[in-house]
Amino acid sequence: MSILATLSSKLAQGVYVLLMNIFGLVMEPLQRLIGVRRMPYLFLLPNLLIFGIFILFPMVLNLYFATTSGTALFPQERPFVGTANFERLYACQDYFNPVTCQEDRFWRAVHNTTVFVALQVGGMILISLTTALVLNRKIVARGFFRSVYFYPVLLSPVVVALIWKWILQRDGLLNALLVGLGQEPVQFLLSGTWAMAWIIIISIWAEMGFYTLILLAGLQSIPSELYDAGAVDGTSSTQRFRHITLPLLMPTMMVVLILALIRSVQQFDKVFVLTGGGPGTATFLLVQYIYSTGFATQIPRFGMAAAASVTLGAVLLIATIIQLRLGRSSERHLA
Amino acid sequence: MKPKFLTALLTLVLLANTALAQVVLRMTWYDDGQEGVVMRELLDRFEAANPDIRVVMDTVPFAAGILQSLPLQLAAGQGPDLARIVDLGGLSQYLLDLRPHLSDPDYWEANFGPFLDWMRPEGSDAIPGFMTQLTVSAPFINRTLFDQAGIAVPEGPTTWEQWAEVAQQVAEATGTPHAMVMDRSGHRLAGPAISQGAAFFDAEGHPKIDDAGLRAMLQLMIDWHADGLMNPDVWIGAAGQYVAGNLPFINAQVVLYMSGSWQVGQFTNLIGDAFDWEVVPNPCGPAACTGMPGGAALVGIAATRHPAEVARVMEFLAQEEVLAEFYGRTLFIPGHLGLAEAGIDFQTDLESAKQALNVFASQVPLIHPTAYALQGYRFNRVIFDNLRDRLTQVFVGELTLDQALERMQADIDEQIRQAGQ
Repeated sequence: MSILATLSSKLAQGVYVLLMNIFGLVMEPLQRLIGVRRMPYLFLLPNLLIFGIFILFPMVLNLYFATTSGTALFPQERPFVGTANFERLYACQDYFNPVTCQEDRFWRAVHNTTVFVALQVGGMILISLTTALVLNRKIVARGFFRSVYFYPVLLSPVVVALIWKWILQRDGLLNALLVGLGQEPVQFLLSGTWAMAWIIIISIWAEMGFYTLILLAGLQSIPSELYDAGAVDGTSSTQRFRHITLPLLMPTMMVVLILALIRSVQQFDKVFVLTGGGPGTATFLLVQYIYSTGFATQIPRFGMAAAASVTLGAVLLIATIIQLRLGRSSERHLA
Repeated sequence: MKPKFLTALLTLVLLANTALAQVVLRMTWYDDGQEGVVMRELLDRFEAANPDIRVVMDTVPFAAGILQSLPLQLAAGQGPDLARIVDLGGLSQYLLDLRPHLSDPDYWEANFGPFLDWMRPEGSDAIPGFMTQLTVSAPFINRTLFDQAGIAVPEGPTTWEQWAEVAQQVAEATGTPHAMVMDRSGHRLAGPAISQGAAFFDAEGHPKIDDAGLRAMLQLMIDWHADGLMNPDVWIGAAGQYVAGNLPFINAQVVLYMSGSWQVGQFTNLIGDAFDWEVVPNPCGPAACTGMPGGAALVGIAATRHPAEVARVMEFLAQEEVLAEFYGRTLFIPGHLGLAEAGIDFQTDLESAKQALNVFASQVPLIHPTAYALQGYRFNRVIFDNLRDRLTQVFVGELTLDQALERMQADIDEQIRQAGQ
């Protein structure tokens, strides 16, 4: 076995050296041509090209679509209408009453998404932090619990939604449990309030493992000597959490907050499979509005869908900038 | 040794050449029941007789694949060589005119004539394909529940209100959760609405939604959902998409199911003789006793690189004996005038299926002209989808009926305006 291992290792080494030599045949003349200082840009070029083609170019194209109208798919065939799509999107007598808005479904989606994001992100941070704090302690089967909380993250969103649909539907597991306990069944997916509550709960359940992992890593990077010093000084656990854990965890928390916010605003697949945006439009979120306006109708309104997505992108950008600024001022305060 | 080697090499080269020379056509397909299996067998027969053509069937989900993805593919100039579609008018601009490639266009005009107009751009005499089925909407009932309840099935002209009352009585007597269910579809609702007097169009042929007939039908739907007569899981429990109400009916959770003839094949397989099911004539309103016509067509796509080969496949499948077998095995109502007149030997021993097909056939002469006009209207899905989604908002209290009707008209006008740009 050891001879086999040695031979494999030597083979791998040989292949590596060969590849590097081939690589060098191209890179060395190139380096002589453009200079050492410019070489890093060359290595960044492939990624930038991919970014440009698959992210930047579609963004610019989307912006163009937002200023055009009609049903043609190709940009050159679409008539330019300037800000007409945005004007229609924002035409409201009362922004808090979607019925008064020209694009009432857009504003319902905005309201729903605002509620969803506020509750889901808030709940996510709280639950993930609590779980990370517990998992950071020396508990029995800590490794097992760390894995268990991460498993739902590995599931496909469609699978998550279908599982919970079977649990929550009229003849589902939860109602069977309620009936068994002598209670009346509840039509969870036919009530707007329940449906919104459940999509928040389910999305937290499905995604918290990811954020728990990040927060756990952040907790583990806090030097234990600080806690020892705090204990020696006679501080309580609450005081240690407030004055040691939270401030030092803040940079990690900011990352988690931004990631959770972006992911929350982009929520679509789980909600679409579980409720379809219903009942009525009770769980109709922004991304579903964009999808249904641009793709799920006989006459697609690409311009309106693009205008909505530009609006969404702008709001996310502003929210991210605000968060980053808050995070930096908090770090300066800590320093 | 040498001759054997040379023979083997020659065979390999010939096979490779045949594979290279073989045209591969892609057909986008969806299934209501088992018709995909039947189509595959027919295509295998075609390929055996025409080894230079291979047809690959891509079976996709109805809503996501046929209604949503396919139009985008076609608009981008991509897509299959053939497709089974339901949005005949809406996709007419992307369809291949088979006429120049057909050996006998007159056969097509004679047997598919009235339905060709549904798939043609306005003013065109193109022959894009043929109907895989003609459909008619009408209610199914669970006869066994009526027998168990000891309540007679209404006969003769019966109104929707009377059917709702009887179905509720049967549901209460048998402990069935709900009296009725309807597919979450504006198309399914349109027939009863027209029976109530809905006109759907103004004098100039533009969609006009708000009238007494439509209001009457929508109010019935609102009342049925509010009173718990109508299964809410289909219309309220989903949003923004088509949902079939077949599962509650298959599981005997409803007494009456408003759907259509395409379900017969599926019910033959999934229900069989588990309980007695049958089709009843469309209930009546003040204006008519009508369902909605419809159907799906197998069409050639204009962007294909092999129009002649597509035409050969279509000519084979459209032959009278081939279509007779297709309709007979799938239990679909024929969209071929000659076969409709001659009759189809439906391959089923199930009495329920035979009864259903006879009743559906009997409904065809009763289809109201408005129903035909609506089905033939190029943007009918705009009307159907907005009707469906806005009505659901009324069910859950987000809109009043007046607000919903106003919104439906505004949505339809806006989308049609966009289509004109």
